[in-house]
Amino acid sequence: MRDIIIIGAGVSGTACARELSRYKLDILVVESREDVCCGTSKANSAIVHAGFDAKTDSLMAKLNVIGNAMMDKLCKELDIKFQRNGSLVACYSENDIEKLEELKNRGIANGVNGLRIVYKDELNKMEQNISEKAVAALYAPSGGIICPFDLNIGMAENAASNGVEFIFDCEVKKINKGDSFYELETSMGILKSKLVINAAGVYADVFHNMVSSKKIHITPRRGVYCLLDKSVGNHVKSTCFSLPDEVYGKGVLVTPTVDGNLLVGPTATDIADKEDTATTAKEIKELIKKANINVKNIPIKQVITSFAGLRAHEDAGDFIVEEVEDAPGFIDCAGIESPGLTSSPAIGVRVANIVKGILKPKENENFIGIRKGVLNPDNLSIEERNKLIKEYPAYGNIVCRCETVSEGEIIDAIRRPLGAKTLDGIKRRTRAGAGRCQAGFCTPRSIEILSRELNLPQSKISKCGGKSTLIVEAIKDSL
Amino acid sequence: MEVKTLTCIRCPMGCLMSVHVENNKVVSVSGNTCKRGDTYAKKEVTDPVRTVTSTIKVSGGDIAQVSCKTSTDVKKDRVMDVMRALKGVKTTAPVSIGDVLIKDVAGTGVDIIATKDIRKINRK
Amino acid sequence: MREYDVVVIGGGPAGLAACICVKEKGIDSVLILERENQLGGILNQCIHNGFGLHTFKEELTGPEYAKRFIDRAEELSIEYKLNTTVTDISTDKIVSYMNSTEGFVQIKAGAIILAMGCRERPRGALNIPGLRPAGIYSAGTAQRLVNMDGFMPGREVVILGSGDIGLIMARRMTLEGAKVNVVAEIMPYSGGLKRNIVQCLDDFNIPLKLSHTVVKIEGKERVEGVVLAKVDENLLPIAGSEEHYSCDTLLLSVGLIPENEISKSTGITLSNITNGPVVNDSFETSIPGIFACGNVLHVHDLVDFVCEEAKAAGKHAVKYLKTSKNVGAFDIKIKTSNGVRYTVPQFINPEDMDDKVVIRFRVANIYKDMYESIYVDDRRVIHKKRQILAPGEMETLNIKKSDVAGASSVLVTLEEN
Repeated sequence: MRDIIIIGAGVSGTACARELSRYKLDILVVESREDVCCGTSKANSAIVHAGFDAKTDSLMAKLNVIGNAMMDKLCKELDIKFQRNGSLVACYSENDIEKLEELKNRGIANGVNGLRIVYKDELNKMEQNISEKAVAALYAPSGGIICPFDLNIGMAENAASNGVEFIFDCEVKKINKGDSFYELETSMGILKSKLVINAAGVYADVFHNMVSSKKIHITPRRGVYCLLDKSVGNHVKSTCFSLPDEVYGKGVLVTPTVDGNLLVGPTATDIADKEDTATTAKEIKELIKKANINVKNIPIKQVITSFAGLRAHEDAGDFIVEEVEDAPGFIDCAGIESPGLTSSPAIGVRVANIVKGILKPKENENFIGIRKGVLNPDNLSIEERNKLIKEYPAYGNIVCRCETVSEGEIIDAIRRPLGAKTLDGIKRRTRAGAGRCQAGFCTPRSIEILSRELNLPQSKISKCGGKSTLIVEAIKDSL
Repeated sequence: MEVKTLTCIRCPMGCLMSVHVENNKVVSVSGNTCKRGDTYAKKEVTDPVRTVTSTIKVSGGDIAQVSCKTSTDVKKDRVMDVMRALKGVKTTAPVSIGDVLIKDVAGTGVDIIATKDIRKINRK
Repeated sequence: MREYDVVVIGGGPAGLAACICVKEKGIDSVLILERENQLGGILNQCIHNGFGLHTFKEELTGPEYAKRFIDRAEELSIEYKLNTTVTDISTDKIVSYMNSTEGFVQIKAGAIILAMGCRERPRGALNIPGLRPAGIYSAGTAQRLVNMDGFMPGREVVILGSGDIGLIMARRMTLEGAKVNVVAEIMPYSGGLKRNIVQCLDDFNIPLKLSHTVVKIEGKERVEGVVLAKVDENLLPIAGSEEHYSCDTLLLSVGLIPENEISKSTGITLSNITNGPVVNDSFETSIPGIFACGNVLHVHDLVDFVCEEAKAAGKHAVKYLKTSKNVGAFDIKIKTSNGVRYTVPQFINPEDMDDKVVIRFRVANIYKDMYESIYVDDRRVIHKKRQILAPGEMETLNIKKSDVAGASSVLVTLEEN
């Protein structure tokens, strides 16, 4: 019998896991996919919201502002790149300035600091490529950019180092309520736990509804993004939103990423299939059209990949982070759509407080909140780098040319706690394959390294687990 | 009389040619723009041949596969037979360009020769 | 800091040919930096035959062609470093590189020859809608897996793009045991050689669908199929023309781009048509003493032309070292019109140019019975009849120094008569 089982190793689940690893608890994270950060957490805008958008007094607004404020310290502890590049919400008619004021006031009520309206001249100075039609914008200096993989993986690794167990490729099929415990029927057999934390993203309603008569309903809301080459990553400096507008509707954002690319998105299409992350021609077209509303001259030819993510939109439109009323010991993290990434550290703390109230755990005096990320030799001096290569020659072999990732970094990503097992796992931990050639050059090398490190035949190495293997057989086998 | 159509490969024009054949002899070629098309069509219709290239496994070398080819052209309809004959064939390093890897492959009378040098290395 | 007279970036055919020329002209202090574990570049994975007809008057496979240059380089005791990645080149010609034995090193070069080759255009550039499963490879990646590693990336294949690598891979995959269902080409013509269409597709009854593209990729984990659609004159898919093809692999052969990441960060001026450096008739880039040749300069159709060009670049690098001044000024920009997309070189210098300079160019479309012309000022100095011109083939014209003496403009164009 575990103390806690967390369903889902996305940002919410791993934020809870890390927070709870501060206590003496037996915690297991159960993830249906092969790695952490494989669902909603992996495909989003990669930004830290300031917190003016959510309705005042909503849980969303509250956790957004707390999460935003926690980010600096957390990222320092977990060795995660984070930058407060500021965000802008632009409007295109004088009449709409009033709406910007409303947004500003809402932000102030939510507890966001530093908000102010900037007008055309200043706006143009701040962002050379902002639309010529933009008359003013709400500027939020606390808006930031972060790599969602990095945050998710960082929290997971740190939780694992502090004793939380993780199992992957384990699907929860049914949850039975026991007498002050829960029984989870999974693809790997029966698991029992005193408490269950439901952090299952778009599937959170399914698990909630297994134990509660008060049903919730989550709609997967698909958002398509285009990621542009690093050569145009400085097209904008801040994260540029559009004020929803009668003519243009809800706009899309254009933002630099913390790794130096330019990201454009998302669209919003409500769908039924919780797995349907396919992009469509229509959405890509709509996205490009909308991106050109708030930012001009977007070099769309520099797109290196497009992708879609699913936001877990609950019907009531707010986060649900609470113990389920008619299912004691079952704690929901449901409806975690945007600004979920920003809020995740606050979700972790909120859930930990709920757990403390129930289990009254002792503190884990061995807890170490510091985690070192995959060593990036680019951050070293030449002397330090040469010392490193001398000691570990693999740091001198460049595997990914686009992002200059060495074999040493890839080996580090594979060998660390909850290490990479797939090409996507390597990509999310080191950026090998995330560059402009999208893994053309490094795929064969990465397969070779994974095969060697994991002691698996190359035909077993996959892009992202399951049936996604990369090599089907040896040449001439089918002749 | 039989009429075969084929695309000339001698230049980017890619003339679509009709070749009239009787008793495996070319009677006439039409559709070609120049003499080269005529020559190509006659050969391609009566006696089409191809060079086959592939790789086979090599052990103990600095590289795991050695590229190879047929020493001369083989009849086009024997190409897949040649490939099947390469299945499962292995060699050991060192290998030099031109080394015969398989003699008289698939009974074609043609050898398979290496197209790359492979150095022998002593693996740890 | 170690110093070399000439540092060559890249040990493929261009780098080898350039460096051999430099050494043969008596410059001893030369170095080739190669990122792979062997010299020869992309030729090592091009195991098919058909290379070298121009230069060696025989049909060689890629590795055999490379060997001729590697042997010559060894004979000349040219110094080279393998598994070595160049990370930076400064305008004062300090080259930074990294490998596992020496670590991070900086060297000073008298002259630099860029010969980094090209890379494939990835899927992203196409923005194909659908999922992102395993089983989507660029043709070159598949070529490497099959020919160098001995692995099949799939059993049932659809190929998008009918450039030569796509065609060659259609044959390779078929020979090695896969089934290639179709090759789709968005343009109304193939960018590949006729010979490859016949011998790589027709020989195996693989259909080539012109004016078709992939509009959807299916399969959550591994590719399970693709949808092709016909495209209109604007290359946009025509609704209702969709056709489903089952496959576990999609190979993309949708164009090559000169690999100029380093050139860009050095501040070398690039052409937005070739995506390679802008050069004068000495193959010198906008930074004095830095030369470029081969596919990093512009994508070639034949390796023979790469080597010819590289040799010329090597020759001019030597001249630069010996005169230690800018070998050729950027005097006259060669203009293009009427279907001539670009020329290399882009600039010509009537004062200092060689007696004969090769102008290479590509055309924008398929043209029949046209004349390739060069005008110097208003004088037509070259008028060459071509039965057929195609975007996939590189055209060459030779211009004489005597033709351009005292000129103020040069134009390369196509004319009907």
